[in-house]
Amino acid sequence: MSENTIKALVIAEHDNDSLSIDTLRTIQAATTLPNVEITLLIMGHQCQSVAEAAAKISPLSSIKVADHDTFEHILAESASELVAEVGTEYSHILAPATTFGKNILPRVAALLDVGQLSDVIELESEDTFIRPIYAGNAIAKVKSNDNKKLMTIRTSAFDSVEVGQDSTTSITPLTNTYQNQASEFVSVEKTKSERPELPAARVVVSGGRGLGSKENFELVEKLADKLNGAIGASRAAVDAGYVSNDLQVGQTGKIVAPELYIAVGISGAIQHLAGMKESKVIVAINSDPEAPIFQIADYGLVGDLFEIMPELVEAI
Amino acid sequence: MKILVAIKRVIDPYVKIRVKSDGSGVETNNVKMAMNPFCEIAVEEAIRLKESGIAEEVIVASLGETSCQEQLRSALALGADRAIHVDTPSPEPLVVAKTLKALMEKEQTGIVLLGKQSIDTDNNQVAQMLSALTNSPLATFASKVSVEGDKVLVTREIDGGLETLRLELPAIISTDLRLNEPRYASLPNIMKAKRKPLEVLKPSDLGITVSASLEILQVLPPKERQAGELVSNVAELVDKLKNEAKVI
Repeated sequence: MSENTIKALVIAEHDNDSLSIDTLRTIQAATTLPNVEITLLIMGHQCQSVAEAAAKISPLSSIKVADHDTFEHILAESASELVAEVGTEYSHILAPATTFGKNILPRVAALLDVGQLSDVIELESEDTFIRPIYAGNAIAKVKSNDNKKLMTIRTSAFDSVEVGQDSTTSITPLTNTYQNQASEFVSVEKTKSERPELPAARVVVSGGRGLGSKENFELVEKLADKLNGAIGASRAAVDAGYVSNDLQVGQTGKIVAPELYIAVGISGAIQHLAGMKESKVIVAINSDPEAPIFQIADYGLVGDLFEIMPELVEAI
Repeated sequence: MKILVAIKRVIDPYVKIRVKSDGSGVETNNVKMAMNPFCEIAVEEAIRLKESGIAEEVIVASLGETSCQEQLRSALALGADRAIHVDTPSPEPLVVAKTLKALMEKEQTGIVLLGKQSIDTDNNQVAQMLSALTNSPLATFASKVSVEGDKVLVTREIDGGLETLRLELPAIISTDLRLNEPRYASLPNIMKAKRKPLEVLKPSDLGITVSASLEILQVLPPKERQAGELVSNVAELVDKLKNEAKVI
């Protein structure tokens, strides 16, 4: 090993069964560091299959597995203690910028008394990174002067690493365990929806105030279902009570970057645009030809959405 | 119990920000400022805990220049009891967390409520860091908070659903958008807020040294999107999506 090899640790997100796509993308982000040697840290309970799958990822040089019931529900306290301890050997620690990674990594940073970079979209060099600020309305190039660089990765900015056929990466079991003294897992309730999740969806159909009522939101749902997409909403639609606020797309809601984003009856306030302007193709349907949404839409259709939407569902 | 709420002054979320042409940052002169929306939700939750008899006192704190006292006054108008301004130009999350740790110890607070992230730096770090520094239990992205004796039950918004944790007090909680609907301050309450106590401290009063580990080399505007085309009917739209954009 040459002296200037970068030792990077990637924190794996998984469901005790398989690695998340966000993890595969975070490993890809780590590979963009110069002369890097990547270790994957898997914390979980009865997560042998996760480790076996990870062993087939060739950019990894080693895998560490902490398999213990402490890590069954990855609580921030015990998980960050483990990462901080394992992390002492590494100069770079990366986690996906999901609710999993965001919950743990800043805690690790404080335990190690270093700063942390959030939502990194490019690793320019071993100490210089690019990340969006102001909900993507500005892009900052940041140099970290810490001895350890901790960062969460905006996974939509990276491809996945490929999972090969052969298990070639060595797996080291860890025996460190930490008990959560003051916090306790109670329950988890997974959203059971036929629709894909908003941040991961390939297609998002969003409705705004123009829909006029909660009942009319069905027009958005029908189109989303036809396209196997997720539904979203503007803050105006949420405030008017058309949908619950976990569907809000925007600076204070979810930030999405699907392949196709269809904005229905949404004027395109800055707050909303911040949450969706990285989408690959944007379609706007609005009765007001002056609506700002048309300035960023690839395809715009001016007209009455109550006529257009049923016709569109029919035509697709 | 006392509740400490950390709030931040940020550019109003409805303002279109301008990146300075020299790449040094974002223009904040003569720009409308506001309380960070996630912090408003934290303030609201603290006030509700007081109204339900669980909290005796709600203390709001902000780190920043003198101007952040405006946002502290807003929080007082919403129902907070007193405010602490820690006078320092915008520090990094770790310094904020260290300062809040000192305030937590000074005030002996039972719950610290923070927004999950500020909409300027978008870090989403302070609550987590504070939890690590104080060795207090943590619940981020809260959509429901209920205090049961000396414990607090928090439902968290996680990717793909909701998770519920039970934390011992003192606990650190960061708020998600779904937690509540913040109220507006009434004019009489705004007037009353002017007479509520606002203490000004220097970081050094709390034994904090402000340092920075991150250096912003350059701030650039994102790539502008080009306006596309208007289509005349549904058939043309579907045709474009299928054959030109190839997304359906």
